Amino acid sequence: MSDLNKLTIAGARDALAKGETTAVELTEACLSAIDGSGALNAFVHNTPEMARDMAKAADARLQAGNAAPMTGIPVGVKDLFCVRGVPSQSASRILDGFLPQYESTVTQNLWDQGAVMLGKLNQDEFGMGSSTENSAYGATVNPWKLDDGVARTSGGSSGGSAAAVAADLCLGATATDTGGSIRQPAAFTGTVGLRPTYGRVSRWGVIAYASSLDQAGPITKTVRDAAIMLGTMASCDAKDSTSADRPVPDYEAALTGDIRGKRIGIPREYRIEGLSDEIDALWGQTAQMLKDAGAEIVDISLPHAKYALPAYYVIAPAEASSNLARYDGVRYGRRAKLGAGDGVVEMYEKTRAEGFGKEVQRRVMVGTYVLSAGFYDAYYNRARKVRALIKRDFDQAYASGIDAILAPTTPSSAFALGSADASNPVEMYLNDVFTVTLNLAGLPGISVPVALDRQGLPLGMQLIGRPWDEGGLLNLAQAVESAAGFTQKPSRWW
Amino acid sequence: MAITQDEARKVAHLARIAVDDADLPALAQELNGILHFMEQLNEVDVDGVEPMTGVEPMRLKRREDIVTDGEMQALILKNAPDAREGFFAVPKVVE
Repeated sequence: MSDLNKLTIAGARDALAKGETTAVELTEACLSAIDGSGALNAFVHNTPEMARDMAKAADARLQAGNAAPMTGIPVGVKDLFCVRGVPSQSASRILDGFLPQYESTVTQNLWDQGAVMLGKLNQDEFGMGSSTENSAYGATVNPWKLDDGVARTSGGSSGGSAAAVAADLCLGATATDTGGSIRQPAAFTGTVGLRPTYGRVSRWGVIAYASSLDQAGPITKTVRDAAIMLGTMASCDAKDSTSADRPVPDYEAALTGDIRGKRIGIPREYRIEGLSDEIDALWGQTAQMLKDAGAEIVDISLPHAKYALPAYYVIAPAEASSNLARYDGVRYGRRAKLGAGDGVVEMYEKTRAEGFGKEVQRRVMVGTYVLSAGFYDAYYNRARKVRALIKRDFDQAYASGIDAILAPTTPSSAFALGSADASNPVEMYLNDVFTVTLNLAGLPGISVPVALDRQGLPLGMQLIGRPWDEGGLLNLAQAVESAAGFTQKPSRWW
Repeated sequence: MAITQDEARKVAHLARIAVDDADLPALAQELNGILHFMEQLNEVDVDGVEPMTGVEPMRLKRREDIVTDGEMQALILKNAPDAREGFFAVPKVVE
């Protein structure tokens, strides 16, 4: 078989089961694709020796006849997942040289099933960003390039994961989504990105950004692959007190192809001012695809949707300022060089000034401000009350019999690297306008590639599901995937 | 509410991030831009709404009060920039 790195997870699994290829061959194909992908800057720490050892073990397991669905499947891991003994620094200078002495539950689940670790993937520092430009490793470049030669973003924060999957450097990748960081990069790269219900996947060993919003999920080439990979990543985990005590269902079995009678809500508040005709038209076409497959399309209202973004940019920085307090130059990572007479406060202040990038500093300070005496009620508590209202909007929509909600993933296709106005951070925040609401409500969401825009760049549509109904959500997503028939791949320039 | 340079300095200190005096005007301006964006939240009637604390209406899990982990001093100190005699070492805290 040739081009093994281009296989889907399902395709590779079936080929391995039939003995048509081996985990070692699959892994070598991915390693050589990674070796040739420096211009993308997607992989930032490669682990070829680990990959080869794991591939050999996977082949032995396949031979012994006790393979699991992900046995022998080479994957990439977003930098913020702690992998024992492998650099894991959430793309921050402050974690330079940090080598975790323990394993995240998500990666442990993958290795227990026999998946193969190829290396760590680029991201925005601590997950804070929508373009993977806020990274100690430098920006990731989108594999999708037009004749204009412009280097575009692969989105963020999981831009390395999305670029690696789109460029066939790995069969699937882990990612995390705090405000859209799985779905937006997936939309920008023509890949599938699934953010599960909050609590479905353990956060143990995932370097924290905003703990009440963070949730890990897969970025894959197909919806079926997302179902397979979520089934491996998800677990009930005693090490994460917010991990749900719910058995992990067989998500692949939920892909029945039958969506007749499903009620799909179209939220009128998502028709924001300035939404392009092109994306609006695609939204209508996607609704029609679901209708043609037997679903019913219903107009719904989520009256507080427009407040999701400002509420998020209070709550997420507040939690970040608290989570990132641990980077103090004492326990792990970097400590600044100190001058004569510098005490412990100077150590903290200098270490954090040189260790954190600009956007992280900004969010830590915003978070500090909204939690400080005198402003706590005006900003933080008010945002948490608005969050309760946003969740209530969704609760009411679902209580009225809606099965899922359809909306665009992003307000545009991938934008050029370096095009954001550095003095106006709010402009970049607007990228999250369609994705962030469900994070506040803790709901699952998936972005599915549906078409190329006029320029030739991929666009994604997003489905938002009921809590814990990832199976139903994946089934709807697969109906969109089949109807849209999006099979384009970026042509190789790197 | 607008943040002055003095307030920006105070926030930076509370966050334990060193900021040069020369950078304070730009910092205050950025923070003001973000806070202005957040002020949309004042349009929402939140009377009688309880602040949301978690997405699932579940009680935080409890477990037996027993030792489940420990005896790994070397692993815990492994990533410290300065560890001595089994402790984290820091610059002088008290004169």
